[in-house]
Amino acid sequence: MLEHLELFFKSIFIDNMVFAVFLGMCSYLAVSKKVSTAVGLGAAVIFVLGVTVPLNWLLDQYLLQDGALAWLGPEYAEYDLGFLSFILFIATIATMVQLVEIVVEKFSPALYNSLGIFLPLIAVNCAILGGSLFMQTREIPNLGLAFNYGISSGIGWFLAILAIAAIREKIRYSNVPAPLRGLGITFIITGLMGIGFQSFGGMLTGDNEPPEPTQTTTAKTEEEKEIKKEIVEEENTVSYNEVVNK
Amino acid sequence: MALLSKKDANLILDPLADNNPITIQVLGICSALAITAELKASVVMAISVIFVLGVGNVVISLMRNIIPSKIRIIVQLVVVATLVIIVDQVLKAFAYELSKTLSVFVGLIITNCIIMGRFEAFALGNGPWKSFLDGIGNALGYGVILIIVGFFRELLGSGTLFGIQVLGDPVAKTGLYALGYENNGFMIIPPAALIVVGIIIWVQRSRNRALIEEA
Repeated sequence: MLEHLELFFKSIFIDNMVFAVFLGMCSYLAVSKKVSTAVGLGAAVIFVLGVTVPLNWLLDQYLLQDGALAWLGPEYAEYDLGFLSFILFIATIATMVQLVEIVVEKFSPALYNSLGIFLPLIAVNCAILGGSLFMQTREIPNLGLAFNYGISSGIGWFLAILAIAAIREKIRYSNVPAPLRGLGITFIITGLMGIGFQSFGGMLTGDNEPPEPTQTTTAKTEEEKEIKKEIVEEENTVSYNEVVNK
Repeated sequence: MALLSKKDANLILDPLADNNPITIQVLGICSALAITAELKASVVMAISVIFVLGVGNVVISLMRNIIPSKIRIIVQLVVVATLVIIVDQVLKAFAYELSKTLSVFVGLIITNCIIMGRFEAFALGNGPWKSFLDGIGNALGYGVILIIVGFFRELLGSGTLFGIQVLGDPVAKTGLYALGYENNGFMIIPPAALIVVGIIIWVQRSRNRALIEEA
């Protein structure tokens, strides 16, 4: 139970898809102009990640890993099909997305209307493939945790796009320097939010391990002080913005 | 440009500046930012994308008349995935350390929006030679941004370029460090990449005001 809880919060806050590893940035930037569409896409991402990560976990466990084919018989135990993971994962994702689209259209037209247009977009969303690839490299031990990982990374992505959409709706009334308008300021805001999210790094580890393995060891303490100061400021503004939107 | 007609040359040159995939078309940011903390990783990533996009565009362009439009996304994904597997295996064989640094981001070239975007927008409607030039041009435009970001992040964050200390030794206090210069650890953390790209966009749009977005 505890490991589920830990993975859940870790994937949402510490290894946030957008702020820590920049996955799904394309749709994050393209679809974050309005809160309502952002919510639709975010929900679709949670859903598809929740389906594809466990599926790909099964594929990884019973087909791809070194020696995974042992269940076919002892003569297959030596095969390592790991190099095929990209193509299998992306095929699973593309097929699932198509399948989900058809099923949703048939059984829930209302949901299809709100979610449907985003589904094809999702097949090529890096967050989805990234979820499966990270699941593989982090060696998630069982199916339940894989499902948990999929859902919680989806929620992290959802929170990120929701926050940036809310900020972008507000920022329309601000006087942004002309060359920064639109894309530029969105990048910078995302960067600042990312710094804010870095402060979650010590949440589970109790500061035992640093959130980012930085390479500079000499000038670290002073830098960290400065960064911490900025984090506090950023968090204030971010939470302020979210409050305003509520 | 004797080798290429003016139109063909534009296919390569346009994406380098005024129609840059990252700063103007907003494509391919996903895998671009996380690996730019070091210049070396940026260069390798840029080369990989140039290979995948150049070859992939040609393949898709050759097949453009026989791909049923309904399943074209899956066909495209399979083509990219195959090329990316080649890149991944080559990296693992010849630059194992680097492929560890890049980790999942090599795989994420598959879902790099530039690749699908160019397939959809260009390769499906043009001949192989033009598609090849377009692919190379766009991948170069992507690579240029990657290398600029990587250059500044590594130089300001660690004081090195390609792992070589260019500003002097921070421990022995030589070079610039003797004057009291310190590395900026801020540049190493991931969000700094976003801010650097934001600044590049700012600079580019201040120089070319036609690119400014309507509020």
